[in-house]
Amino acid sequence: MASRAILQSRQGISVISGARWMSSWWKNVEPAPKDPILGVTEAFLADPSPNKVNVGVGAYRDDNGKPVVLACVREAERRIAGNMKMEYLPMGGSVKMVEETLKLAYGENSDLLKDKRIAAVQALSGTGACRLFADYQKRFKPESQIYIPVPTWANHHNIWRDAQVPQRTFHYYHPATRGLDFASLMDDIKNAPNGSFFLLHACAHNPTGVDPSEEQWREISHQFKVKGHFAFFDMAYQGFASGDPERDAKAIRIFLEDGHLIGCAQSYAKNMGLYGQRVGCLSVVCEDEKQAVAVKSQLQQLARPMYSNPPVHGALIVSTILGDPELKNLWLKEVKMMADRIIGMRIALRENLEKLGSPLSWEHITNQIGMFCYSGMTPEQVDRLASNFHIYMTRNGRISMAGVTTGNVGYLANAIHEVTKSV
Amino acid sequence: VNIAYNNDNSPVKLNLGMGVYRTEEGKPLVLNVVRRAEQLLANDLIRVKEYLSITGLTDFNKMSATLIFGEKRYKYHKSTFIVGNSPVIKENRVTTVQCLSGSGLLRVGAEFLARHYEQKTIYIPQPTYGLHPVIFSTVGLSMKTYRYYDPTGHALNIQGLPEDLDSAPSGSIFLLHACAHNPTGVGPTAEHWEQIRLLIRSKRLLPFFDSAYQGYATGSLDADAVSVRMFAADGGESVVAQSYSKNMGLYGERVGAISFVCKTTNVARRVESQLKLIIRPMYSNPPIHGASIVAAILSDRTLYNEWIIELKAMADRIISMRQQLFDALHARGTPGNWSHILKHVGMFTYSGLNPKQVGSMTKEYHIYMPEDGRINMAGLCAKTIPHLTDAIHVAVAKFSN
Repeated sequence: MASRAILQSRQGISVISGARWMSSWWKNVEPAPKDPILGVTEAFLADPSPNKVNVGVGAYRDDNGKPVVLACVREAERRIAGNMKMEYLPMGGSVKMVEETLKLAYGENSDLLKDKRIAAVQALSGTGACRLFADYQKRFKPESQIYIPVPTWANHHNIWRDAQVPQRTFHYYHPATRGLDFASLMDDIKNAPNGSFFLLHACAHNPTGVDPSEEQWREISHQFKVKGHFAFFDMAYQGFASGDPERDAKAIRIFLEDGHLIGCAQSYAKNMGLYGQRVGCLSVVCEDEKQAVAVKSQLQQLARPMYSNPPVHGALIVSTILGDPELKNLWLKEVKMMADRIIGMRIALRENLEKLGSPLSWEHITNQIGMFCYSGMTPEQVDRLASNFHIYMTRNGRISMAGVTTGNVGYLANAIHEVTKSV
Repeated sequence: VNIAYNNDNSPVKLNLGMGVYRTEEGKPLVLNVVRRAEQLLANDLIRVKEYLSITGLTDFNKMSATLIFGEKRYKYHKSTFIVGNSPVIKENRVTTVQCLSGSGLLRVGAEFLARHYEQKTIYIPQPTYGLHPVIFSTVGLSMKTYRYYDPTGHALNIQGLPEDLDSAPSGSIFLLHACAHNPTGVGPTAEHWEQIRLLIRSKRLLPFFDSAYQGYATGSLDADAVSVRMFAADGGESVVAQSYSKNMGLYGERVGAISFVCKTTNVARRVESQLKLIIRPMYSNPPIHGASIVAAILSDRTLYNEWIIELKAMADRIISMRQQLFDALHARGTPGNWSHILKHVGMFTYSGLNPKQVGSMTKEYHIYMPEDGRINMAGLCAKTIPHLTDAIHVAVAKFSN
C-alpha cells in the first residue's frame, strides 16, 4: 500500500483500468409506477388518430385546443427580456411578487398585511408550496397528522408522505349525488381530535369540481373554531372558478373573519398560464409580526437544502403584471375569459348529452366548478373511451373541461353517451 | 457576511464573501449571449409555457450530458478527430434529469441514494461547500469527512486523501468537487485524479461529482471536465451534478442537471423512473426558463461559440486577479509564501488568513469574507487590489500565524 499512499505527480500514460467487471449498484432498483395523470398525456401523444381528444391534464386550452400564453404575460416578458440581472433571489424569493400574491389571497386592504402578520415565501408553484408546508408541519408539529379530502389531487398524498407526515382522510365527495357529502364531512371534522390539521381546496376542487357553498363554508369554519383545527388551503385555481379572483377567495376570507390562523398555498400555474415557470407562494398567518418573522426564517431554512432559492423569471413576470394597473386589468380580463369559456363548455357538454337522450342525470356538469368535472364514469368506461374513441382522461372519470372545445364537444358527448347508455 | 457588508457605510467596503461573479467594474454580469437567447425566446410566439415533464426539458438534458461527458476524440498524429459521443451516451446508459441548480441537484441525487443505495454513508471533503452537510443530513445519509486540504502547504493533502479513500468501507459514497474546489481552490492534477480513480474503483466506492464550475475554472470546458470524464470512460458507475449558475451566469434561474451513469440502459431507465418519484412530491417539474436559455445556446453554433468566448473572458479575469494580487503582495513584501494564490483554481482561494486576521481586515479595512479566509477572487478588480493588499499586509503583521 505504501506506493499508493501518496499521490504523485507523474508524467506518462496510464492504462485506463476498467471497472467493467463490477455489477451495477442499482440492479435492485424497481421500475417506478408511472404517474397516473401525466401518463394520460403520454398515451394521448402516442395515439395516431386524427380524432383524438385530451381531457386529461389540467392545463388550459383555447377553443382551438391550443395552449395559451396570456397577452399580459407576453407583454411582461417583452419588458423584462434581457434586462434583468439573473442574480440569486433572496431565500424567501421575490419580495414584490410575494406582496402582490398575498393581496390576492388575503385582500388588498387586509389588516393582516398591514400588521405584517403573514409569514410568506415564494415557492415552486402549488406543489412546492404544499411540500414546504408539509415539511414545516413535520418539523414543528411532529405529532400531527394531515386530514386529506376524498378524493383529492393524487400528488397531495405523495407530498405529505415524502414529508413523513401521517395522513388521514375525511369525507368530501358524494358519488350518489355527485356533489358534496356535507353531513359526513361535518361528522369527520367533529370526530377528529382537537387541533387537527386539515387540507382544504379553497375553490374549484380537484378532481371533483365540487365546492362547498358559502353557508357551508361558514359552518365548516365555525366547527373548526370549536375544535381548534388548523386549516391549510390549497388555492391553485383562484380566478379560474368563477372568473373573479375575489369571489374565489371567499372561503379563505370567511376563515380569516372568524379569526383562524390559516396556511395557504397559491399557484400561478393556471390563472396566469405560467405552468412551466413554477411560481407560487406559501403563507402562514401568525399572531404577530415577531412570530411571522420567525416562521418565515424557518420556512427559508426548509427550502435551503431543497433548492436554496426559487427561480427568478416567473416571479418577475408576476410582479411586473400585478405591479402595473394596466397589465393587472388585462390579466383580470383574460382570467375571466378563460373561466367563461370553461363555463360555456360545461353548458354545451350537458346540453349535448341531454339532447342525445341520455338516461342519466348530467346536471353535475354545470353544478361543478373550475377546470374539472367528475363525470361519475367508471374506470372501465374511461378505458373504452380511450380504446374506442381516442378520448383520454384519468381513470377516475375526471374530465379536464379546459380540453373541451366547440369543435370536439359534440364528439365527446356522443362518446360518453355511447359508453354510459347501457348502464 | 452579506448582511454585515450591506450595513457597512464605508465607501471603500469590499465584499469578497458571496460566490458570484463581478466584472472589472464590480458589477454583476448577464452574459451577452444569454441576453440574446432570452430575446429570441421572448420573440418566439410559438413557444408556450406548459409544464415540462418531471425530468425537465429533453433537449436541455441531452445537451447537458454531452457537455459534461464530452465527445469521443481520437488523436492521430497531431490532429484530433471527434468520432462521436462519450461512450456512456452512445451506449445509452446515462440518465440525465433537469433539477434546480446547486442544492436541488444534490438533494435529488442524495435522496435517491438514501432510498436505493445499500450504503448510507457519504464522505465529504474537508473542508467543503457549507450547504453540502445540510443537504446530506436532511435526507438521512450519515456523513464522514476525508482529508482534502493541507493547510501547511495550502495544497491538496496528497497523503491523507488516498489513505482515507483506502480505509473507507466498500461501497461508501464519495463526494468529489469536479474542479475548482469550494472553498479552497485546491484541486488534484490529472495524474492525481487517475490515482484517485484507481483507488475508488478498486475499493468499490461510489463517486458523486459536484460540478459547479465547468469552463468557469480554467476557461476550458474540456479541461474542467477531465475528472468526470475519466470516471465515465472506465465503464464504472457515477453520479454527476452539473450547475449552470456560474458558467452561464444564470444564478437566479436555478438551472442544473443531474446524471446517473449506470451499467446498462435498463438500469438507467429504472433509476430515472425512481428519480421522478422523488421530484414529483417536491415541485412536480422543474422551471422552464433557464433550461430553455441553456438549450438555445448549446444548440446553436454561433451562440455556443460566443458563450465559450465570454466564459473564457470571465475565467481569464479571475486568473488575472490572482496574478495581480500575488504580484502586489510580493511587491509589498508581505511575509509568507503567497504562491498558492496562483496555484489555486476557480473562483475561490483559501488565502490562509486566520479568523483574527480576517476580523481585523473587516474592522479596519471594511473587507468582508468568511472567517475561514476564503476570498472570492471574482469580487476583486484592479482598483481594489491595492486596498486588499494593504489590508492583508497589516493583518499579517498584526496577527502573525
